[in-house]
Amino acid sequence: MGQRIDVNNLNIYYGSFLAVEDVNINIDANKVTAFIGPSGCGKSTVLRTLDRMHEIVPGAHCTGEVLLEGVNLYAPDVDPVAVRRDVGMVFQRPNPFPTMSIRENVLAGVRLNNKKISKSDADDLVEWALRGANLWNEVKDRLDNPGVGLSGGQQQRLCIARAVAVHPSVLLMDEPCSALDPISTLAVEDLINELKKDYTIVIVTHNMQQAARIADYTAFFNLKAVGQPGHLEYFADTTTMFNNPQNEEAERYVSGRFG
Amino acid sequence: MAGHGTIPAKEGSMTHPTSHDSSGSAPASLMADAPVIDFDKFKPTRSHLAARQRKDTFMRWLILLAFVVACIPLISLLWTTIVNGVRRLNWDFLSHNMTYVVGGEATGTGGYGGILHAIIGTLEITLGSMVISIPVGIMCSVYLVEYANRSRLSRTVRLLVDVMSGIPSIVAGLFAFSMFSILVGPGTINGFEGSVALSLLMIPTVVKTTEEMLKIVPNDLREASYALGVTKQRTISKIVLRTALPGIVSGAILAIARVIGETAPLLMTAGYIVSTNMNLFSGEMTTLPVYVYQEYSKLRANCPADASASCVTTIPMERAWAAALVLILIVLILNLIGRIVARIFAVKTER
Repeated sequence: MGQRIDVNNLNIYYGSFLAVEDVNINIDANKVTAFIGPSGCGKSTVLRTLDRMHEIVPGAHCTGEVLLEGVNLYAPDVDPVAVRRDVGMVFQRPNPFPTMSIRENVLAGVRLNNKKISKSDADDLVEWALRGANLWNEVKDRLDNPGVGLSGGQQQRLCIARAVAVHPSVLLMDEPCSALDPISTLAVEDLINELKKDYTIVIVTHNMQQAARIADYTAFFNLKAVGQPGHLEYFADTTTMFNNPQNEEAERYVSGRFG
Repeated sequence: MAGHGTIPAKEGSMTHPTSHDSSGSAPASLMADAPVIDFDKFKPTRSHLAARQRKDTFMRWLILLAFVVACIPLISLLWTTIVNGVRRLNWDFLSHNMTYVVGGEATGTGGYGGILHAIIGTLEITLGSMVISIPVGIMCSVYLVEYANRSRLSRTVRLLVDVMSGIPSIVAGLFAFSMFSILVGPGTINGFEGSVALSLLMIPTVVKTTEEMLKIVPNDLREASYALGVTKQRTISKIVLRTALPGIVSGAILAIARVIGETAPLLMTAGYIVSTNMNLFSGEMTTLPVYVYQEYSKLRANCPADASASCVTTIPMERAWAAALVLILIVLILNLIGRIVARIFAVKTER
């Protein structure tokens, strides 16, 4: 089952530079929430704070709280490594591990965490995750082939399979379709629609049609000027966002009359 | 070709009568407004092409010439070593040391001494320096790339590594000799001391090549690993180092090839004996380059007037050439092993 995320008064910094200021957003469990907005407004940065990937960049830190089912992820006694096991992430560019086969890629999360897993359990997990990512039928005969030998769309679904194989409750997706062709994009979007039964999904996208197609809620991020911090401008359910937004900037953005 | 330039104009004139037609006017007027491209200017002139062709031919020959010039010394070296080396290269030469060798006389087995002790010395001392410098070098570059990128300390370490790669080998030998003199006792000479001297020369090469290899591991892979809830330590050991492994192996082989031919520091630290010493940590050891140097220094062997016909006055030179050939072969074999290892661990790509 998915888990809900509540973000309160989140300020995100790179060093002393305030990148995103004062984000307050409630992300419902088992729903797809899309982040849209112009480049540089901090969509991806906010996304990366939700699984503490943000702080991998030297000097990056944030204030405020991110509550996952009421537990503050930034509390001092929370292990960021454990957070990332519960909140999975899929990236813009498909990034399967080049040294591993398809099978090893799916099992990477388990194996790299040094968990012992029996051969039959591993087989079951690989099939379950690949079926979950709608990839099983395409690769079941060549699980030992290198993961990087697949097409871009298949690689991206392999990455989704890899992410769900560690049984997260939330999946974060950072422009997962921007490097894919329309057919692969469709496959991934169908997959997202199925995955929301089991996971809470947060997706960053530059493609407003995509947000309109797959998201239940849409958050519009904006920035006042280049060099100024980004902020959450408007958050609404997707129908309102695209048909009747109660915010002038958002209305201008979704109707393509921006800037 | 000339016709291309007039096409837009024609298009414009053709659409003119229909421009009053409301349905067809939009695309037609768009075409007419499009900038007229002069396709003639893309047409190369004959002299242009000929000049480009001339330059191309000239540069091709120049590059080929440079390649040949670079190859001449290499081929000449290999040829001379092989021609001079094979004369005394046989099983007897490989399986005996230099004990009981007197002047140019043949020994009891019918041979003229051999390099068994020097092969053992070379392999043991080089292995010793590998054991020291490969872990140190890899850990140093992991620190530089994964932990301290762009910090002041890392810049200092990088500078020191650059300086270290320029240290003359004799200085490395002096360092090892004085270090062992202080730590173990004055005038200590053993094989491990040679390993220490060589590892000083190896570490910079290992650090440099490993650092370059770690840098080209895409950051995407590190992030992918972190996002799966993998710790930094396991990300580095299982993803970053594993992905860079083929390059690290090549770098290590390069570093070994660089030090395996060192003479001066080993003369000082490992010494020179004629018998076989298997113990790296005690007693003098001979390596192949030192052996070559010692044999060459003898210039010629004594053959007394009453010597038998099997006495050869030029035997030291011949032994030196044969030992040099063996050294080249060892480096070649190490290279092949490195290539095989790199291929086994190569990053899999299907396309």
